[in-house]
Amino acid sequence: MAKLLGIDVGSTTVKVSVIDEGGKALYSSYERHFSRVKECVLGELEKVRPFSASYKACITGSAGLGLAQRGKIDFVQEVQAAFIAIRKFYPDADVAVELGGEDAKIIFLTGGAEQRMNGSCAGGTGAFIDQMATLLDLSVDEMDELSLQAERVYPIASRCGVFAKSDIQPLLNQGAKKSDVAASIFHAVVDQTVSGLAQGRRIKGKVLFLGGPLYYLKGLRKAFCETLGLDGEHAVFPENGPKFMSLGAAMYAENSKEEPLDDIISRLKNLKDGGEITTGEPLFASQKEYSDFIARHMRSDLSFENIYKYEGDAYLGIDSGSTTTKLLLITPDCKILYSHYQSNNGQPLEIVVGRLREIYSLIGNRINIRGACVTGYGEDMMRAALKIDFGVVETMAHFKAALYFNPDVDFIIDIGGQDIKCFKVKNRAIDSIMLNEACSSGCGSFIQTFAKAMGMEIEPFSRLGLFAKHPVELGSRCTVFMNSSVKQAQKEGASIEDISAGLSSSIVKNAIYKVIRARTPDELGTHIVVQGGTFLNDAVLRSFEKETGREVVRPAIAGLMGAFGAALYARESTTSDVLTSNILTDAELSRFSYSSRSVVCKGCTSHCNVNILTFSDGRKFISGNKCEKGAGIKPSARVPDVYSFKYESLLSLPDGAAEGKRGTVGLPLQLVMYEQLPLWVEFFEQCGFKVVLSEKSSRALYFKGQHTVASDTACYPAKLMHGHIESLLDKGVDFIFYPCESYNFDEHDSANHYNCPVVAYYPELLKANNERLNENNFIMPYLDPNSEKATVHTLTRALSRYKLSSSLIRRAFRAGVARMEEFHKSIVEKGREILAFAEREERQVIILAGRPYHTDPEINHGINKLLSSLGVAVLSEDSIFEQGNEVKVNVLNQWTYHARLYRAAEYATHHKNVNLVQLVSFGCGIDAITTDEVRHILESKGKLYTQIKIDEITGLGVVKIRLRSLLAAIEELARREDHE
Amino acid sequence: MSKKQAETRPVLDFTDDYPVFTRKMRETHTILVPDMLPWHFDLIAYILNLHGYKVEVLKNEGRAVIDEGLKHVHNDACYPALCVIGQFLDALKSGKYDPNKTAVMITQTGGGCRASNYLPLIRKALKAEFPQVPVLSFNVSGLEKGSGFELSLGLVLELSYAVFYGDLIMSLYNQTAPYEKRAGDAARVRQNCLNELKPHFAKGSYRKFSKRVKEIISAFAAVPVTEEKKIKVGIVGEIYVKYSPLANSHLEEFLLGENCEPVVPALMDFLLYCAVNPLNDAKFYGLRSKTTFLFRFVYKWVYGKQKKLNKMLEKSTFEPMHDFERLRSLADKVINQGVKMGEGWLIPAEMAALCETGVCNVICTQPFGCLPNHIAGKGASRAVKALYPNANIVPIDYDPSSTKVNQENRIKLMLATARENMK
Repeated sequence: MAKLLGIDVGSTTVKVSVIDEGGKALYSSYERHFSRVKECVLGELEKVRPFSASYKACITGSAGLGLAQRGKIDFVQEVQAAFIAIRKFYPDADVAVELGGEDAKIIFLTGGAEQRMNGSCAGGTGAFIDQMATLLDLSVDEMDELSLQAERVYPIASRCGVFAKSDIQPLLNQGAKKSDVAASIFHAVVDQTVSGLAQGRRIKGKVLFLGGPLYYLKGLRKAFCETLGLDGEHAVFPENGPKFMSLGAAMYAENSKEEPLDDIISRLKNLKDGGEITTGEPLFASQKEYSDFIARHMRSDLSFENIYKYEGDAYLGIDSGSTTTKLLLITPDCKILYSHYQSNNGQPLEIVVGRLREIYSLIGNRINIRGACVTGYGEDMMRAALKIDFGVVETMAHFKAALYFNPDVDFIIDIGGQDIKCFKVKNRAIDSIMLNEACSSGCGSFIQTFAKAMGMEIEPFSRLGLFAKHPVELGSRCTVFMNSSVKQAQKEGASIEDISAGLSSSIVKNAIYKVIRARTPDELGTHIVVQGGTFLNDAVLRSFEKETGREVVRPAIAGLMGAFGAALYARESTTSDVLTSNILTDAELSRFSYSSRSVVCKGCTSHCNVNILTFSDGRKFISGNKCEKGAGIKPSARVPDVYSFKYESLLSLPDGAAEGKRGTVGLPLQLVMYEQLPLWVEFFEQCGFKVVLSEKSSRALYFKGQHTVASDTACYPAKLMHGHIESLLDKGVDFIFYPCESYNFDEHDSANHYNCPVVAYYPELLKANNERLNENNFIMPYLDPNSEKATVHTLTRALSRYKLSSSLIRRAFRAGVARMEEFHKSIVEKGREILAFAEREERQVIILAGRPYHTDPEINHGINKLLSSLGVAVLSEDSIFEQGNEVKVNVLNQWTYHARLYRAAEYATHHKNVNLVQLVSFGCGIDAITTDEVRHILESKGKLYTQIKIDEITGLGVVKIRLRSLLAAIEELARREDHE
Repeated sequence: MSKKQAETRPVLDFTDDYPVFTRKMRETHTILVPDMLPWHFDLIAYILNLHGYKVEVLKNEGRAVIDEGLKHVHNDACYPALCVIGQFLDALKSGKYDPNKTAVMITQTGGGCRASNYLPLIRKALKAEFPQVPVLSFNVSGLEKGSGFELSLGLVLELSYAVFYGDLIMSLYNQTAPYEKRAGDAARVRQNCLNELKPHFAKGSYRKFSKRVKEIISAFAAVPVTEEKKIKVGIVGEIYVKYSPLANSHLEEFLLGENCEPVVPALMDFLLYCAVNPLNDAKFYGLRSKTTFLFRFVYKWVYGKQKKLNKMLEKSTFEPMHDFERLRSLADKVINQGVKMGEGWLIPAEMAALCETGVCNVICTQPFGCLPNHIAGKGASRAVKALYPNANIVPIDYDPSSTKVNQENRIKLMLATARENMK
């Protein structure tokens, strides 16, 4: 018998194993391929020569398919390969979990074998871990080391890098320990694996952990064991874990044809490129084109002034960004005296203090800092710590800077390492703001991560793309998808040059078509200023110009525009009577120190992670709080909001007075219940039941039900439902009631009155995926609440075991409907009060428009409270829509909740102090339709449109910037109207 | 709630102006139709042309189509919308059609899934570059009234025959092609059958149902085949992705290449599903209208024809297609027939029917983030597996950037299990 050869070609590594006739492993290797798949495989094959001159061979792995097909070598799917190896080496295993570079898999071996792979949303894999390590500015190994010293775990969204980042960044900026964050990242990966793959099956018994990340990362192992509650005996980490698939492939090769190793090698060597990839035009046709391009952009530069010689006033701008800190000192005529750009390393304050000391040492008494201004994520903290004169929201800062370079600017796009910001400018004011979000996340750091994966630095890597002959088309969606596109391109033999150019262009396409959502480049405007560190990359800049067909302005200080804008703001805002800045002096700075500690605020149920900085002079700065309570401000100072009122009113609905002679019914407070709770509470109380509500929503509740989530791309409200059901089951109610409703109440202002499919039929999914639910403890009748007759009939049947008369049911249902109308009236009444309050106090009003279930603080993340802390009165769509006119819209207006959005928007269009912010849950397919329409209604009447996408995130940093920008823009508009 | 209040208020119009397809345009305009079921649509286009329209089914494909779609459709909108819009724009830009003499057509079901909004999405997409191109709605729900395109009862009748013949040809082709002794035989017969059917629509003899069916069956039965046993793989899911080669990366061909027999349920089942939902609404919620009666009549007539067709197949060497009443009763075992948005209860019903007929390997195709599919696809597959322990179901997401490699890898995993089970 011949020796068996297994080759596993993964997204980042090649593994090769040889086993002998008796099934004994003779050789295994593990090598990173840096995308040179073919070369790496060939190199590895040379190494197995000593064992035999001929083999039965088989390939496995996501990147091995093409190789196998074209090289005419047998192929086995990688999960299958793992399955074969597991049965041989660990016949008593119950479950195997395998994490790879971009895949995650679970194999259930006992109790009905099942093999599962992650869907196309690939958060929580090796690529995700790499991305997070980059964010922490650590190598993956360092991150792992640190995680073992963790003392606490923070909740972090793992579905997607963008959401994870918005959780992690505030933690870092608040001074959370990197070790804790590292451990939290691993826990997030575990959560993603459990919710994304287990789908209703529990991971228990003897569990095998396979794949590179689980082999090398001890922190990840620990997180898995902790979450799944496994002890050393039940959690198995095989020595040959990373090479397991190649062993399986070797065993599968038993049925293959034996052939000389040289034949295999020569076939692979002679493989031609597949030619299946699409390619675009080169970025530059000639060296001349390139030098013209460089010369043109050289023109947009600031000039320098010698800091050692200059005497006079200067203005300091600080951009305390989420990942980098930038400082710029300018003369009153905008010459640069000093500039600095540095990665935060999680310690922005220290960096600024250090740089400030340096500046003081350079300027002596010659230069007077007349004014200073700070912008960015760290604005509040910096201002408090260093007594900086002004703070400006970063969008404003960028805008000011762009105006300086082109007074006619009508479009600004800023691509940084981690985010994309775009503004449209009309009449010298910001007209609309677009930020990247999940599914449009490709930014600068993506190129960097890729360069690293290819074993290169970012600069030489992106330069490679400048003269690539056939840049590959990589699509423009999420970075993880791009990873697979790159994988495919590699499979087809694209060169590094072509991939580099393709990456640059995909980032640009992502920005134009997904973030800005321009249909044609013309929509961007004619005077475009580009900025942000990523645009210093000539390949990206060129791609942008090619895609838009415009020559744009890229200032040489593209990476410092925020700081420059802040400095300009300081210059503008410093009045003539102020002779010197209030910023800490050299002497004060030398005495300056601070300490930080983080605590959990117990002020309300949000339990925010609050960070307290104590400065050497005894002042304190508190951050991380969602409301003022945590910051020590009395809640009474708060501006009223409908959301808080509504949530509290809902919770107090079952007053506990009903004794429940017939038993207890559990109502899950989620999705449709946020609308219909009054109806069903009244109904069941009238029928003689005691009503029990599910626990309040929280991350913990979500995790409780996570193992029954069937579709991880469903919206967060839906996924939370699983926890609500678990909590009711734990409370021991007689049954849970949750109706299926294709139709919602008809409010007579739309073509139809559907619920969305998820709201309408979620009980079906719960029933199918939670084994604790059965016909007896889960009652889910199909109702049309508009038809009393049919509903009474259905309910009588659904509750037949309690033998309730249909007349009782009718009476109870009517009372319920009446109670719901009464409840709704109280919301509308509250809305009126708030409008009156806003009128009286001359405050801005924002309609925070979403769905009824966005009332849930775990879903809205306290955005209502944030708004009221900014001094804005908050309404909800259901408190106001009836005062808006009915509208005819371009789309089919056929969902009850969505019709409310349109009318609420219509209301905003004819009220000066009222604006609308739309809350959108990630994964809501219907809002893909409504958002454009709401925008259209608002913008057609000159109103600003703002959309906030929410998921499991807890950090509100980005949201705050967006809302503050909106408020700044509203003020600007109002100011201008007053002038006219 | 505030019904009365609302009635007295004015209705504000936020709609843009769009061109309407007038009766006159029937003569002047070419109507472009997206490619969903190549063989069915070929026949349908032929029939519409007989009725005085100038219809052309689009065949353009490739990255350019998807790129056009990406440019014009919201990131979160579903993949089918993106494909369809991409196909239209790519065609209009190709120079093959005079934009002033071209219209495009799309189906609308008026259901609670966002698919009913493809039409407005297409209008928005066309607005920037082709504002003069009218968009036609193909629907039986009374949407988009006042258009010069009318679905008369007679036309509907003719089209339903076309669907039956299309389904039959698709099914027999899939049952023959994997086993043909001489490569290309099945495809040749498929083309011949279509060519021969067309004159019958011109003459009216398409209504000789048994005769036509018999001809098609015997044409396929004449193809020499092997006795091999192959893995059968069922395809269910979102209606467009399930059938359209553009959207599902030529899934049927891929399966044939993997040495499998694709089993694709009939389009008519979806149409019957659409017809039966209003009847269910009437039963569940007492929602009756003038059209309920009509739906009941149409349903009975079509179902009768389906039974007849299946009887004839049973007598042949071929497997019959699903019986719709059987599908309904299978649905009841898994999910409630009240789940009627998108493809709703039809998806688990088809999964169950496939499992019952020995096709335990099922691919559930869905656009990434498809809402009804959360419930009826991914959500229900566990329930189906509980009923049929052998069921081997894999959900596959389709979207512009999920690569073929990833899709194929997951399908191959399912096939590996299938081969294991076959042993």
